[in-house]
Amino acid sequence: MIKQWFKSGNPWIWLTASAVSVSLILVFGLLLLIAARGLGHFWPATVVEFDYKNADQSTVRLIGEIQDEETVSAQRLRDAGLNIESDAEVTRYLIKTGNRDVDGQDFRWILKPGIEAQRTPKTLMTVERREWGNLYGYLGAVQENQQTVAEGKDAWKALQQRLARTTTLFTQIRQLEKGAIGSINYKLERLRLRERGLELDGNTNPAPQQAIKDERAALNAEYQGLQKQLSDLYTAIKRDQMLVTVSDGQTVTTPLAKVVHAYRPNAMSLLDKLGFYAAKLWEFVSDEPREANTEGGIFPAIFGTVMMVIIMSIMVVPFGVVAAVYLREYARQGPLTRLIRIAVNNLAGVPSIVYGVFGLGFFVYFLGGNLDQLFFPEALPAPTFGTPGLMWASLTLALLTVPVVIVATEEGLSRIPKSVREGSLALGATKAETLWRTVLPMASPAIMTGLILAIARAAGEVAPLMLVGVVKLAPALPLDGNMPFLHLDRKFMHLGFHIYDVGFQSPNVEAARPLVYATALLLVLVIVVLNLAAIAIRNRLREKYHALEQ
Amino acid sequence: MPDSTAPNSSVASVLSPPDSAENRRRRRWRMLKDRMATYGVALGGLSVILAIVLIFFYLLYVVLPLFSAAEVERSAEYALPGDGGPSLLLAMEEQAEIGFRLSTAGRAIFFNLTDGKPINEVTLELPPGAEISSFVAGEPGPARFALGLSDGSALIARHAYKVTYPNDQRLITPVLEYPLGEEPLEIDDDGEALTHIAFQDGEEEATVVAETADGRLLLTLFAKEESFSDDVPELEREQVLLSFAGQQDETAAIVQLLLDKEQRNLYVIRADGSLIHWDVSDKAEPHQMQKLNLVDAGLQVTYVQFLTGDVSLLVGDSSGRVVQWFEVRDERGNKTLTPIREFTEQSFAISGLASEFARKGFIAADTSGQIAIYHSTAQRLLLEQSVSDAAISGLAIAPRANAFLAEDTNGRLSFWRVHNEHPEISWSSLWGKVWYESYEKPVYAWQSSSASDDFEPKLSITPLVYGTIKAAFYAMLLAVPLAIFGAIYTAYFMAPKMRQIVKPSIETMEALPTVILGFLAGLWLAPLLEAHLPGIFSLLIVVPLGVLVFAFAWQQLPARFRHRIPEGWDAALLLPVVLILGAASFGMSETLEATFFSGDMRAWLHDELGVGFDQRNALVVGLAMGFAVIPTIFSITEDAVFSVPKHLSFGSLALGATPWQTLIRVVILTASPGIFSAVMIGMGRAVGETMIVLMATGNTPVMDFSIFEGMRTLSANIAVEMPEAEVDSTHYRVLFLAALVLFSFTFVFNTLAEIVRQRLRVKYSSL
Repeated sequence: MIKQWFKSGNPWIWLTASAVSVSLILVFGLLLLIAARGLGHFWPATVVEFDYKNADQSTVRLIGEIQDEETVSAQRLRDAGLNIESDAEVTRYLIKTGNRDVDGQDFRWILKPGIEAQRTPKTLMTVERREWGNLYGYLGAVQENQQTVAEGKDAWKALQQRLARTTTLFTQIRQLEKGAIGSINYKLERLRLRERGLELDGNTNPAPQQAIKDERAALNAEYQGLQKQLSDLYTAIKRDQMLVTVSDGQTVTTPLAKVVHAYRPNAMSLLDKLGFYAAKLWEFVSDEPREANTEGGIFPAIFGTVMMVIIMSIMVVPFGVVAAVYLREYARQGPLTRLIRIAVNNLAGVPSIVYGVFGLGFFVYFLGGNLDQLFFPEALPAPTFGTPGLMWASLTLALLTVPVVIVATEEGLSRIPKSVREGSLALGATKAETLWRTVLPMASPAIMTGLILAIARAAGEVAPLMLVGVVKLAPALPLDGNMPFLHLDRKFMHLGFHIYDVGFQSPNVEAARPLVYATALLLVLVIVVLNLAAIAIRNRLREKYHALEQ
Repeated sequence: MPDSTAPNSSVASVLSPPDSAENRRRRRWRMLKDRMATYGVALGGLSVILAIVLIFFYLLYVVLPLFSAAEVERSAEYALPGDGGPSLLLAMEEQAEIGFRLSTAGRAIFFNLTDGKPINEVTLELPPGAEISSFVAGEPGPARFALGLSDGSALIARHAYKVTYPNDQRLITPVLEYPLGEEPLEIDDDGEALTHIAFQDGEEEATVVAETADGRLLLTLFAKEESFSDDVPELEREQVLLSFAGQQDETAAIVQLLLDKEQRNLYVIRADGSLIHWDVSDKAEPHQMQKLNLVDAGLQVTYVQFLTGDVSLLVGDSSGRVVQWFEVRDERGNKTLTPIREFTEQSFAISGLASEFARKGFIAADTSGQIAIYHSTAQRLLLEQSVSDAAISGLAIAPRANAFLAEDTNGRLSFWRVHNEHPEISWSSLWGKVWYESYEKPVYAWQSSSASDDFEPKLSITPLVYGTIKAAFYAMLLAVPLAIFGAIYTAYFMAPKMRQIVKPSIETMEALPTVILGFLAGLWLAPLLEAHLPGIFSLLIVVPLGVLVFAFAWQQLPARFRHRIPEGWDAALLLPVVLILGAASFGMSETLEATFFSGDMRAWLHDELGVGFDQRNALVVGLAMGFAVIPTIFSITEDAVFSVPKHLSFGSLALGATPWQTLIRVVILTASPGIFSAVMIGMGRAVGETMIVLMATGNTPVMDFSIFEGMRTLSANIAVEMPEAEVDSTHYRVLFLAALVLFSFTFVFNTLAEIVRQRLRVKYSSL
């Protein structure tokens, strides 16, 4: 019977079906994995207090969040030098104990048999800090200028009020530093360059020199004022501090200026947690990174990615469309156009790193170097455009994605029935008018599809960007309030590179991992949505012309 | 239709007559616009296409200088400055502006290289009555040299250049210095003349090896002690007698003594072409290592020189051949001096050899007045040039290798400028096995940079190409079966409703950023695989078998029950089955490991099979990159299978073939070119993928096809090294070459695929 069954070929059909199943499982499993790991990060995790017996039989108190759980064979642990009696498998937990400044490490594995007791007291507090990662412990007292103002039960309320105050102050300091003072520094630098420019021109006219001097004096005076304001703010923010009792009984003094959030996850209701979750999610997309990108938000990376994609789109659409129109509507169809079409198709398959190499060599060193010689000699030897930056990154990606736009537009153009063009021409329109009024509007969904696919590809591309302009931490956004507002020469941050950098180059990979998953999730979401949009547009387009052909 | 009933006159009053001036103008304007649009579109279109072509040519433009030969031009020629007679030493300072020569009479002459006019002349301070009886130059960098004197002492001096900037003008002032004191060092207590001398000066000690007129070979060590009063250190002398005249089998006269800069190896070369290698690392007890003949019988050794780094010896002989020798360690750890490579381009006796300061290149001059520029690692002749009618007797190379000086036996000196940017690249050094200094055998190696100056760059891109192919191979191993089988099922058997969901979801994955896959592969998959290694391999057996068992069981179910799942939804039915099977094989992993691999498969692999295990290995890359190329192959294969004309399969089915037979014999056969092109395009993508390999492997350029070891691919190598490569350096250009190779690789794959696909399209339309 089995022989008969094999002869019918059915088993093979089932095997091919299983290939589809495996592919689907891979695809959706991957998305689920990223989603689960990425979204879980922002949930306020329960903080647990353990009494734990160490390998040397001493008992310690540990406080932390359970991050991971796995079962390992006792053999493997014994190989690792641990003294395990049982022969079966042992469960172990990865505990995020935080307090890196106290213990020197913020993660540790503990074995389940060693746990003597575990509690989740409501008063346990998680403190997110600007430096040194999380702090876990019990709030002891709140102090103002080293004088205790609240203790015991009142302390929590006092902490919340005072934390709100320092957060406001912190925002003010940031605004002042990044905004007004940053702007003054930028203007001073511009003045310096102008002065150097005059010097290079051999201009000895005292009038412009004097103007520069006056302006500089004015800016310096303004700067002094702001500096005063800033130092007042700094004094104010340093006023409060809190005392926290950590797991080993030590009391740690933490200035409130260093605290981002302080919360008691064990005392939170579900609603509180949801609110907290939403706030954290918002902070993630709107805030700046902290602690070498391993904490805080990813706003500069989102902003950089979006800026780059926009500039790339501005360049890629006109050129891609013009090339496609030329190939389809103007060029004589023959072996040459066929060759060009094959070449364009192939270029979509050329490895992106090759574009990166080309971008670095041609755009950055050759074009950029020459631009600097011609237009920015005053800044030399510091390069302006002769170094990787936003413009070159966008241009490189535009080159990378132009085949996508050409192919998509050409497909759209080829789907427009000939009768439509002939109708327009028969009514006396010129070729250009037909193109502009009839053909291009009809092809616009195809152009959109091309653009969306190009954006999806550009947003996810990292390898070429590593060569032509992406950095792990950009000091300033490429768009700000200083003339000329858009700084094409600046380096920028990028979501994809952020994942690579934080995941592989960061000193504390364990702590950064959840953040990388969250970033990956965001990037995947953006790209999947863009692609689904492209597919939807393509399908609508097909239906539309289907109707026209009938 | 009220308009059609309107009188003609009202129409005429709205529209001006067709040939009115206004209309003519408008028409002209429209025509102009049309023509401008035509030109504009053509210009724009062509420029975009040109920009694309530019990529290829720019890469080529950067790469080409690697293969260009060296160029030299005669900058000046003049009679020897200062007193006559051949020079003991010729040298140049860093900027190649000032030359230096030492005459046999002991006069040091600094001269302007462009016109040969002396700038400064100093007579060496020799003890009264003493004459120069031998001479040796030390390392070229510190520019020290030693003179053996007829009274048995040796004088150490150096030529140095002080650079100052008075009035913002660079001024180079040459000076002669005595680093070990102006007083000659006493070498021979008997006061015999030193006929040959070798010398090196280090941080802590200086060594002089000298042969005396009565045939003794003396090794003298001067240990330096810091002296506070003076720049010159205090010296403590220690002496050993190495050999003496009349000793067994050392009959021929010594012609040259060479001591390396580490002061560990001494080479004594005799007139019969024999070389004795002394290990002098322990100065108190030097011992003889090896004795060998440098040349075949009938030939003479004419000149011996160290290659920079003092590891290799360059031996020039009377037939015009230059042979590179260095010590090679055999299996037992014994070192023997071995001839490595020969340069046979010249046909007259070699009369001078000069090594470049920073690279492994050198210039050889012969008695016919010819010079040749070589590079040892690349085994490449860069240039042959006749520089004089007479034999060349002296040769000096500029520190930056951008000029050389040649002195002929007629007493003429010629100064040449050299353009030789990339001597270290040749076809053999890029693609072949190269025997690098201190290596046991020729190897393929990529190691582009190092901390030390006299480092020999290893720029063979073979290991990188090998890594690229290895990564692509393992990726295709996963992707090809999954994608092709999946696509066949989707196109041919799957219910249309399900297909509408499956196809876009797999295709969307094509756009998934590879940085995400790489990150998951490196941080999640690699540790997972390491912990469940047997599980992943059992998956390969468990899943297909399990699916077959399930299918058979399903077939045996009552039809009533079976028909609840409509035809073409088998894949959906299999989803939970595959999930359970997968979970089961991972669950079994621990048990399998305990039963078959004594609890630890990694250790088992290492102990039983001798296979190393990296956590980030080809298996991880294969899985992650396989995943990345599945959508590409799937999508194209699916299209190819789906667009096989339906009447073909209907015909086959009508003739009584089963669906499977129809698929195999008719559909796949017809679609096979499409499937081939899918595989090619997938391959192209796998070859060029950067981020996955960068993140999921250790990036070590090894040549090992093991699935448990990592690799370094061309693309990852570019990503890692490009930001650090100095613009226009050899390294930079070689990285461009790597990009060009990648470009050509994928271009060939894609073009092949595209041509096949176009043919297929023509075929379908005829069917």
